[in-house]
Amino acid sequence: MKLIIAIIKPFKLEEVKEGLTSMNIEGMTVTEVKGFGRQKGHVEIYRGSEYTVDFLPKVKIEIAVEDAEVAAAVKVIADKARTGKIGDGKIFVVDLLEAVRIRTGESGESAI
Amino acid sequence: MKLFLSRFARHLFAFLLIACALSTSQAQEASPAAAAPPAEPTVEQRLADLEAYVNNTARTPDVASKIPGPGPGHNAWQMVSTALVIFMTLPGLALFYGGLVRKQNVLSVLAQCMGIAGLVTILWWAIGYSLAFGGGNAFIGDAAYAFLNGVNPGAVGAGYYWISDSMWAMFQLSFAIITPALIIGAIAERMKFISVLVFVALWMFAVYFPFAHMVWSTTGFMSGILNAGAGIKAIDFAGGTVVHMTSGWSALVLCIMLGKRNGFGKAPMPPHSLVLCTVGTGMLWVGWYGFNAGSALGADAIASNAFATTTLAAAIAGFVWGMAEWVLKGHPSVLGFCSGIVAGLVVITPGAGFVSMNSAVIIGVLAGIVPFLAVSYLKKVLGYDDALDTFGVHGVGGTMGAILTGVFADEKINSVVGPLKEGLLVAQLKACALTIVWSVVATVVIAFIVKAVVGLRAAPEVESAGLDTSEHGEEGYIG
Repeated sequence: MKLIIAIIKPFKLEEVKEGLTSMNIEGMTVTEVKGFGRQKGHVEIYRGSEYTVDFLPKVKIEIAVEDAEVAAAVKVIADKARTGKIGDGKIFVVDLLEAVRIRTGESGESAI
Repeated sequence: MKLFLSRFARHLFAFLLIACALSTSQAQEASPAAAAPPAEPTVEQRLADLEAYVNNTARTPDVASKIPGPGPGHNAWQMVSTALVIFMTLPGLALFYGGLVRKQNVLSVLAQCMGIAGLVTILWWAIGYSLAFGGGNAFIGDAAYAFLNGVNPGAVGAGYYWISDSMWAMFQLSFAIITPALIIGAIAERMKFISVLVFVALWMFAVYFPFAHMVWSTTGFMSGILNAGAGIKAIDFAGGTVVHMTSGWSALVLCIMLGKRNGFGKAPMPPHSLVLCTVGTGMLWVGWYGFNAGSALGADAIASNAFATTTLAAAIAGFVWGMAEWVLKGHPSVLGFCSGIVAGLVVITPGAGFVSMNSAVIIGVLAGIVPFLAVSYLKKVLGYDDALDTFGVHGVGGTMGAILTGVFADEKINSVVGPLKEGLLVAQLKACALTIVWSVVATVVIAFIVKAVVGLRAAPEVESAGLDTSEHGEEGYIG
């Protein structure tokens, strides 16, 4: 099993979600985060005080998938989240040692 | 039968009327001048008193007026005005300032506003009103009205002819509350609550009560209109010197003595809610009608003029500040519009009932430019951390307003200007100088006292976590 962590632009969330649910990946966890890579921040001015705001709002999506689905899931996320401009985000894939469905107690692939 | 009665009734009424007139005129001729109590008024004198009420002028002298108490129309406007000025502090200023600080300090601003409101009210009731408006000397009043002794709701004359003496005391209280509350803008996010309260308590005695007395009482040193023997014959319609200059210059001194916020200049400290700031700005604008038009002490033409000048100056200053930002900084910002509006309101305050509407337009334009420059450039050059720009807007704006009042005051707008017009600009400048020196020196002394007794600044870890949790045990926003 793998855990896919995707950082994307916030307005792309709806499209990515629909892409994933259309390939039967039903569950996901979404968090609002801040970050930057190569995308520069912007300058805000409040009554003469200038601030360079480096951190930009992003959305983090975490999904647990079976090994066989990883490549397809990564492709769907990347395709839906891409705008072609700097700041589109990144996808990370990490090993998932265990998963448990709390309601039933199932574990392993049947839990994700 | 009916016809007979009605004709009879008319004749009877006419007879009674003539008998009345004859008897009262006979009474007038008969009464001697000296030891008798005020004479019963004639119908004409009573009519004259009613006209005086409508015109907001003095009653017939030496006559026992049938309307000795407050006049409903003027007193009602005074009550509304007082409510509007309280509204300016709570929640107008509270939200205006509250939105400008970081999230973790929003409650500290609200608590300081409310704490000051309560503290100042207690001081005002106990002795403050008396020190401001009691007889005394040219610089401070006496204790004649301590605990509002002798201030009667049914009496008039302390403020003006047709407003209740109690309403005069309350209206002036509302000014006494907002003035120290303005100072908290400069020291936001780093001063302990106890230090704020102790500072304000001392400052009221050292600065506010003397200035209210000097500028607005009948024996005041700078009370050009009411005191024929005033040392400086200056004019101040609603508080350019008393409110904005004292608080603005004191704020500058205090924020320098307090020091900059930790991380100032490096860490971003943008306003946490310009939405709240805007809400507060709107409330300040509307409330300011009570502040300026209410200072006419009657619902008359002067009040109407003050209402108009206030509107023009506020709106135009807001627009000009926004446009200046657009040109010079790239965007017209919400904070710019808010700041401009407040600047316009500040600058028109000392002249609202003395200048014409067209003068108010010019004043509005200047109010959108000069405080803008003070806030955008002067602050950076001089390097002080006036967190919410109390000095830039109230100190600079109030000073400019007092000077412009000397330039634009017009006896055609307000007849009291007439005898003072010659040499007025010089008088205004002298008043400004005295206000600045007095406020600065007093604040330095008081700040040192407060620092020695309770300290001024919050501990660094309290400051970085935010004042709300440590000083007030609360969070402004949960979840």
